[in-house]
Amino acid sequence: MKKIISSFLVSIAFIFTALPVFSGTVIIESWRNDDADAWNDKIIPAFNSQYPDIEVVFQATIPAQYSASISAKLEGGNAGDLITLIPFDASLKLYNRGWLASLNDLGGLDNYPQVAKDAWSTDDQSNIFGVPMASVSHGFMYNKDIFKELGLSVPKTESEFFAVLEAIKKDGNYIPLAIGTADTWAISTMGFQNIGPNYWAGEKGRKGILTGEEKFTDQHYINLFQTLSYWSKYMADGYQAQTYPDSQNLFTLGDAAIYPTGSWEIFTFSQNADFEFSAFAPPVRDGQTDCYIDDHTDIGIGLNSKAKNPAEAKIFLEWLTGAEFAEIFANEVPGFFPLHSHSISVNDPVAKEFISWKDTCDTTIRNSYHIVGRGEPNLESVLYEVVSGVVNGTMTPAEAATKAEASLANWYEPHQ
Amino acid sequence: MKKKFPFHIIVFLFPACFIYSIFMIYPLIDTMRVSLYTQNLLGENMDDSSGIRVFIGLRNYYDLFFNDTWSWHFWNALKNNLYFFLLHVSIQTPIGLLIAAFLSNKELKLKNTYRTLIFLPAMMSIVIVGYIFNLILSNLWGIPQTILGVVGLEHLYQPWLGLKGSALITVSLISIWQFVGIPMMLFYAALLNIPEEILDAAKVDGSSGLNTFWKIKFPLILPTVGLMCVLTYVGNFNAFDLIYAIKNIYAGPEFSTDLMGTFFYRTFFGYQHQLGNPTMGATVASTTFGIILVGVIIYLFAFQKRITRYQY
Repeated sequence: MKKIISSFLVSIAFIFTALPVFSGTVIIESWRNDDADAWNDKIIPAFNSQYPDIEVVFQATIPAQYSASISAKLEGGNAGDLITLIPFDASLKLYNRGWLASLNDLGGLDNYPQVAKDAWSTDDQSNIFGVPMASVSHGFMYNKDIFKELGLSVPKTESEFFAVLEAIKKDGNYIPLAIGTADTWAISTMGFQNIGPNYWAGEKGRKGILTGEEKFTDQHYINLFQTLSYWSKYMADGYQAQTYPDSQNLFTLGDAAIYPTGSWEIFTFSQNADFEFSAFAPPVRDGQTDCYIDDHTDIGIGLNSKAKNPAEAKIFLEWLTGAEFAEIFANEVPGFFPLHSHSISVNDPVAKEFISWKDTCDTTIRNSYHIVGRGEPNLESVLYEVVSGVVNGTMTPAEAATKAEASLANWYEPHQ
Repeated sequence: MKKKFPFHIIVFLFPACFIYSIFMIYPLIDTMRVSLYTQNLLGENMDDSSGIRVFIGLRNYYDLFFNDTWSWHFWNALKNNLYFFLLHVSIQTPIGLLIAAFLSNKELKLKNTYRTLIFLPAMMSIVIVGYIFNLILSNLWGIPQTILGVVGLEHLYQPWLGLKGSALITVSLISIWQFVGIPMMLFYAALLNIPEEILDAAKVDGSSGLNTFWKIKFPLILPTVGLMCVLTYVGNFNAFDLIYAIKNIYAGPEFSTDLMGTFFYRTFFGYQHQLGNPTMGATVASTTFGIILVGVIIYLFAFQKRITRYQY
């Protein structure tokens, strides 16, 4: 027994001495396993060509365990110097606990629009604790081959959109819309948050909900629920039991023409689909001249308040705010877009399409995350329920609006 | 001579009592204690290690039963759970009994094969069962459409797992299918225990097969039937995994498959963007414990004490 214990101790000691911790090493904690190659082969070498003395290590864990493991590491004081952050409350909690440093004095934060910074700021915007890194955009992907075969063109307005759906349905060979309601988050995120900004005029409507000036019982929200309820006609039979992976497969197998989704699918779809696909922006309402895109803040990066090399880590963070990083990141991780204000050139054609909308349309983030994403029940999960109810036909648009407003008013003062 | 105090009894009981107290009784009591507190979920004004919990008495219970935010989910979960249990008792137990009665027939061939096959699903991982049934009943790649199509009844197909009206029944039937082997085994063992002489005597007296079953065998295995019901009750009110595997944590559509277990999980651990609420979760857990306790007490006093036991 003694022997086992001692050999165990020896091996532990070995592991610790084997860890490459030199002074000046910056360790990045992340859940983005998928991006490890991009960081190790492109991003970090690019940084080192400017700052050869700072060693940067990208250390990714399994996504599902990230939140729990990073809290534990921060609490135990053995987390890396830089912490990749999910947006809003979960990260705000880390900051409130004193585990993340304030980044108010970091240079380069002017390179981001305020809406991007909101995701990693305190509610009053007085403290920022995360550098915005990447966003995902909503839109519709479509199967180019099917569009060609049926002689369809990309819809710009809502009536064109429904005309296209009707034409595909009439042809009968393909399912017009690849989405189901079994995973309630999917229909809410990829339906409601996708076309919603066109209804509530982007940031204006999102802020209106925050200040209480707009209510879900307002006519434009009821109209939005109404439009979503028309979708069900063009979804696969039995869509009520169709899950998110089902919808993905339906589209990549070439059985469905249009897939309401987000840019994060680009990478997997380009590997799995053996047909040409592209994307179109959420169709605007008939007669509407402005357009709005949901460009949701998804990944940020913050500084551990007990970082071993805070000075070096800050240099790296400052470099992240620059154009060089933005360019590399956008091209190496297609579908995740840097949140910098300056324009970026991207090679992937579908990602390029997504980015191009930002030239003509205003961007916003999902309206159920910032501040109203907390409370019991939080707005996000209420939307999951009512949106799927409307599409399933078990709830009328007015009932859905009333329910969403009532649950928000239940805890959120501006709506009481 | 005065008898010495039996210290050895204490010594022998100690390990079991100690382990049971540490891992069962203490967590149970502490859960009840925590359910009387509330806590700031966003962690403001917290030092590194401890969340500030504030004592609020029975406020959580009041919210759970009467405040609309919580009570809707609670009563919904309770109602679904009762329904889930009633379906199990009224379908699983009779089917288990029927199969056991067939298996105990001496003339039946391949008895062991049937027994193994029927018991097999109970040994399968729930995650696999959930995944398989999601696929079988899928609107896109499922098989009921094809099977119904063969007999020209294709229009009868519905996405049963996705409809508000049928999702809970479907999930219950899947669970019944999976676990029907357990009552079968218990009843089978009880039926085998009935002495041959009694059955032979019945035969000599001219009792028919059916008559023998209802008048002799069934009363003799009644304690097992009662035991099975209470086991089903406890199991059903602790059920969580199958719903989680099939309908994930949202227990959709619109919480129509929500059970106490899934409701507890969502409350305690949180989900997607909802932070967990440990104190409210403890309240839900304590309430579930109370419900199970009441059910078991009713069984003990109303059923088990009155039942006639036969010695043979």
